[in-house]
Amino acid sequence: MSALRPDLAIIAREVRAGARVLDVGCGDGQLMAALRDTKNVDARGLELNAHDVATAVSRGLSVIQGDADTDLAEYPDGSFDYAILSQTLQTTKRPDLVLDHLVRIGREAFVSFPNFAQWRIRFAHMFGGRMPVTKQLPHLWYDTPNIHHVTIDDFRSLLHDRNIEIEGQWFLSGNKPRGDRFANLLAQHAVFKLRRK
Amino acid sequence: MALLMQEDTRFGLDRKTRLLGPVKLDSGAEFAPVDIAYETYGALNADKSNAILICHALTGDQYVASTHPMTGKDGWWTRMVGPGKPIDPARHCIISINVMGSCMGSSGPASIDPTTGAAYAMGFPVITIPDMVRAQALLLDHLGIETLEAVVGGSMGGMQALSWAALYPERVKSAVVIASTARHSAQNIAFHEVGRQAIMADPRWNNGAYYGHEAPSSGLAVARMAAHITYLSEAGLTEKFGRRLQNRDAKSFGFDADFQVESYLRYQGLSFVDRFDANSYLYITRAMDYFDLAEPHDGILAKAFAGTKTRFCLISFDSDWLYPTAESRRIVHALNAAGAAVSFVELSSPFGHDAFLLEAPEMNRIVDGFLRAGEQS
Repeated sequence: MSALRPDLAIIAREVRAGARVLDVGCGDGQLMAALRDTKNVDARGLELNAHDVATAVSRGLSVIQGDADTDLAEYPDGSFDYAILSQTLQTTKRPDLVLDHLVRIGREAFVSFPNFAQWRIRFAHMFGGRMPVTKQLPHLWYDTPNIHHVTIDDFRSLLHDRNIEIEGQWFLSGNKPRGDRFANLLAQHAVFKLRRK
Repeated sequence: MALLMQEDTRFGLDRKTRLLGPVKLDSGAEFAPVDIAYETYGALNADKSNAILICHALTGDQYVASTHPMTGKDGWWTRMVGPGKPIDPARHCIISINVMGSCMGSSGPASIDPTTGAAYAMGFPVITIPDMVRAQALLLDHLGIETLEAVVGGSMGGMQALSWAALYPERVKSAVVIASTARHSAQNIAFHEVGRQAIMADPRWNNGAYYGHEAPSSGLAVARMAAHITYLSEAGLTEKFGRRLQNRDAKSFGFDADFQVESYLRYQGLSFVDRFDANSYLYITRAMDYFDLAEPHDGILAKAFAGTKTRFCLISFDSDWLYPTAESRRIVHALNAAGAAVSFVELSSPFGHDAFLLEAPEMNRIVDGFLRAGEQS
């Protein structure tokens, strides 16, 4: 098994063994497979891309092709111990509604996303005068899945408005963990553990 | 074990047996005797845990991966079933059963009613998809198979797979449901009614009592033509035929098959009547129209699967307008609500409903991985 992406490694570490997990935007099922194989987790996935779903199913995972924006309403309240949304929030049409569903479906939720306020991106924007293209956000503005760029401070503000509690937070820069001091300026990625108040 | 199996006449190609008990029908009646024609490929393992049941579609049969005795053609699902395929006789004991009501050896309207010595014709009881499944379960009892590793089916075969999981959850470890639905829609029923009326409008149909005389081939051919259109996509038809003319340079200003698509449909209709019984077509389409898995559960599909331990894999095709993706999603949502382990993919294909019978590498990859994962647990 290839090494997990750093934000997924954090989530994998934090998930309780034997839990029931819904991975929204699970891709080809890398995190789900890791959770199943190392923590005996009962994992279910939702993924938009048919080829990724096929790969995940061929790995023996239970994955449904579907859209976080439209299909989360079908899942009953509290039907999972954890709902996970990794690197997907910024691709949804209504991140606020998706977030509401996550903390409704999962007793706890993990959300990870690239921080659009990291200093390199700010510099690129300020001095380049164009939409930033970085290693973490490599897409051109007209052809990007990331339609709702978000910063760590934006996200915290949304959590506050939606009455969602932060149970844990982790920040990464250069794939390495870093403290939460000036995270909005310095962190490339953020991982939050959430719960409805 | 493999040696033993060779001597066991219950297993092998072109088998037929009479079920020991009657089949309890949804109509309330008990029906006997019931003959069931079937085939098996591959050997049952020592703990009898590798049996896979393949369920066929409306006009399909038990010849999944062996030569059809009437047409001489290869089995209808050799792309899915066979050496090196996802369902592999080297690994699985594969069972395929001609459904009750059909005409390839299992009891149907063309069978002889022992009380009269003549064909049942319209005296055959109206059966349902669950009735077909109950008869299959009795056959598995006869084969000594308690639990199925998987039930796999496309179209009406998928309806049987779903019914298996709903009726006998403890006997089904995994279910693969392809291009199927949990209920027939008004549009589905409407198309079937066109087919049935075409058969019944053929004077040779004679209220079903045509055995020993000429069969209502014209009516059955029209039924097949209408149905065949629903198996293909508009884009597929356009690509294959467009407005091209058949063996001529100009329109005839008559009613010959000027267009290639007409000629193709006529051929589909004509070749069908040689291998299929018109009354079987009436009975099986009726069974499909009656199919609504949620009906006995106050219309709540999730209740049909409450507490199920069966794993499910559903596949739909984006150009299938007979059983469109929305119907598969409805099943997926119900299974989710029931807490079942379910996977679902909509695959892209230009070939409409028939896509599941054609080359579809992604479908094979999914079914293979899904079955192998079930074999590990």
